Amino acid sequence: MRKLSTRRRHPIAGLLVIAFALVLAGALYSVVAPEPATAESASASEIEAGRELFLVGCASCHGLNAQGIETKAEHDGKPGNYGPSLIGVGAAAVGFQMETGRMPMAKTAPQVPVKSPNYSQEEIDQIAAYIASLAPGPSRPSDEYLDWESVDKEGVSAGGEFFRTNCTACHNSTGQGGALPDGRYAPSLVGVEPIHIYEAMLTGPQQMPVFSEEVLTPEEKLQVIAYIKQVQNQPTHGGVGGGGLGPVVDGMFVWIIGIGGLIGFAVWIGMHGTRVKKQ
Amino acid sequence: MATDTYTRIEDSAAGQKLAGPVGWLDDRLGLAAAGKKNLRKVFPEHWSFMLGEIALWSFVVLLLTGVFLTLWFVPSMAEVTYRGSYAPLYGIDMSEAYATTLNISFEVRGGLLIRQIHHWAAAMFIAAMFAHMLRVYFTGAYRKPREINWLIGVGLLGLGTIAGFSGYSLPDDLLSGTGLRFVNGLVRSIPLVGSYIEFFVFGGEFPGTMIIPRLYMAHILLIPAILLGLIGAHMLLLVYHKHTQWPGPGRTNDNVVGYPMLPVYMAKAGGFFFVVFGFLALMGALIQINPVWVYGPYNPAEVTAGSQPDWYMGWVEGAVRVMPALESTFFNRTWTWSVFMPGVLLMGVLFTALGLWPFIERWITGDDREHHLLERPRNAPVRTALGAAAISVYLVFLIGGGNDIIAIKFGMSLNAITWFVRIGIIVVPIIVFMVTKRICIALQRKDNADLTHGYETGVIDRSPSGGYAERHAPLPDGDQFALTSARERLPQLESEKPAATDEGGVRNPKFRKQSLRHKAREFYFDGSVDKPTSHEMDHAAEHLEGAGEHPVAQGEDFKGISHWGVPGDHEDH
Repeated sequence: MRKLSTRRRHPIAGLLVIAFALVLAGALYSVVAPEPATAESASASEIEAGRELFLVGCASCHGLNAQGIETKAEHDGKPGNYGPSLIGVGAAAVGFQMETGRMPMAKTAPQVPVKSPNYSQEEIDQIAAYIASLAPGPSRPSDEYLDWESVDKEGVSAGGEFFRTNCTACHNSTGQGGALPDGRYAPSLVGVEPIHIYEAMLTGPQQMPVFSEEVLTPEEKLQVIAYIKQVQNQPTHGGVGGGGLGPVVDGMFVWIIGIGGLIGFAVWIGMHGTRVKKQ
Repeated sequence: MATDTYTRIEDSAAGQKLAGPVGWLDDRLGLAAAGKKNLRKVFPEHWSFMLGEIALWSFVVLLLTGVFLTLWFVPSMAEVTYRGSYAPLYGIDMSEAYATTLNISFEVRGGLLIRQIHHWAAAMFIAAMFAHMLRVYFTGAYRKPREINWLIGVGLLGLGTIAGFSGYSLPDDLLSGTGLRFVNGLVRSIPLVGSYIEFFVFGGEFPGTMIIPRLYMAHILLIPAILLGLIGAHMLLLVYHKHTQWPGPGRTNDNVVGYPMLPVYMAKAGGFFFVVFGFLALMGALIQINPVWVYGPYNPAEVTAGSQPDWYMGWVEGAVRVMPALESTFFNRTWTWSVFMPGVLLMGVLFTALGLWPFIERWITGDDREHHLLERPRNAPVRTALGAAAISVYLVFLIGGGNDIIAIKFGMSLNAITWFVRIGIIVVPIIVFMVTKRICIALQRKDNADLTHGYETGVIDRSPSGGYAERHAPLPDGDQFALTSARERLPQLESEKPAATDEGGVRNPKFRKQSLRHKAREFYFDGSVDKPTSHEMDHAAEHLEGAGEHPVAQGEDFKGISHWGVPGDHEDH
């Protein structure tokens, strides 16, 4: 003890204390703070390869330094977007947009349509690394937050509660998708990869709001994914489903199959009077 | 005819055994007198007369399946935690009503089947009532003496809709709660009294804790009881008036040509009940309807894309969706026209128009005779065209009600569909009215041509000079009778035009009313073609005389072409 107290005025002592406090605070933060679901970081060569791909395939709309290109035409007092800035969108946005084939964009439409991806997985990873190197942004989730089958019953129903409160208004209660104004739409979630559902929540593409890791922790995102997958994997209890589209389809069935079929029977009964004998 | 030897029932073995019990019953209930009259009651035969029967049998299926559902359903909004077998909802807090609906669907044996049959039967009940009402409308079967029965029918339709809605709301899932919220909005939008009615109906602020038990009472007791009473009255009046029939040989305004109640219609109607029940059971077993579990429990903070009412409320939904925002504030109150007009007012207009139509038409035609022969739709062009226009209004609104589904399924813009409906709701009915009226008049002319020029036989004559002509033959007498007997002579509109003053120059006090009615008559009869006069028919008969004969032998089998366009020798089969 004495040793410690005599050296407390040592020139390095203050620095050591600060260093210790910083390490402690950092350690505490890493335990307490919401953990971003981060995958491994990228190498310099990967970033460089991504930059070259970017210059060839993306820069014409997003600008040579991914800073975006503004148009002269104004919209609501602000310049329009030829291609938005990608600084700070992170690897998650690149993964979502490119792996679902939304980028590069197939056509100018009210909403970017999904198509099969044009780039290989390796190339997408390189571009993602390049975009992530420009500024901090949401990174791609690690596999532990995508394993939806590991979620327990309570977790699934908790995810369902969140899904009904925040998602079904646009995506429909079983994620069949829904219409939005002016030709835009909330896409169907049927058959979408868990990682893309995750990244969509994280980055909020197009019409979708952002659910950051602070608003909705990675565990909760996994629960939402688990609910979507579970509810879509349920057998269609009660026979052929109307595609989960609700009463409009039911009404069609009633008139075409129900009334149509029974009128067929009525005609048949009406034709067979007792006195109508076949010769 | 086969040999007509039969044993009198009192001489048969069964008859002798039954004589005792039947006599015992007759002494106490007077069955013989009642039965003698009603069991021999004659009904005419046509498939379209069975549309109402579909509704009736669907209602019976509703009662049967509904009783089963009441054994398990608990109409309570008390909160429980779900511990049933549907995993994605495990541990969620929900109302007891929703929990027991899930229980019926997943735990009760046969519960889901019965629930689905019940829902299909409800949708079918209202669809069949619509189809039946359209049949009655387009054939003029509501004319004197059946106006009151028409009114009862309108009441049945309205009550059926309310019954359907109250049932839709009972499971307390997210979809039914959204529907309830929609109606809550309709009620609120009523000027001045809306918020008071809302508090009265819901027992306080929406959703409260009262509405499910109250709707349950209405759904299983109040509305079915009134429906049953009205159906009874509807059927009694049907028996009292006798059923209408299509014109045809031997059929007049004073008789009914058909088969007796017993045994023919007992068997046919009884059999049809099983057909309807079987059909509904098949639909319930094979096609999913209202999967309440995917929607989750109702929570006023939640909603799902694709929320729609059942089809019969779809047009009101559509009207509300496409209505431009319109709201005003005066007398310190909000007047929400954009909900009140398309929602409450439109339904009021529909049912008022339906109820008044027989009386409006009678006022226009001045027709005070009884009608037991049906009118073909073509012979009342304006009535038919109005009906077709009304159907088009319904369908255009329905497109509005399903605009999100159409937008997403066909990749269209939601706003474009909304504008299509806004414009279409005015333009489409006018076009449909004009087109239908022209088609009716064209068909009248076709009838007249058949009557006065005969039908095309398919026999082509070549004249010595090389020309070709198709031989026409007179319609069979029965067809001529069917085409002309129930067709009314048109009024002489020119001669009945009212004058503002009489020849003495005295002002006609009823001029305004008379000229309004005259204008209505001109509109109603405009373009209609009168049936041929007897003079024209005589002339036609003379003209067509000998047309059946042919200079060249056709062979014994050849019978030409019938007036239906079918080769004559196929007609008998």
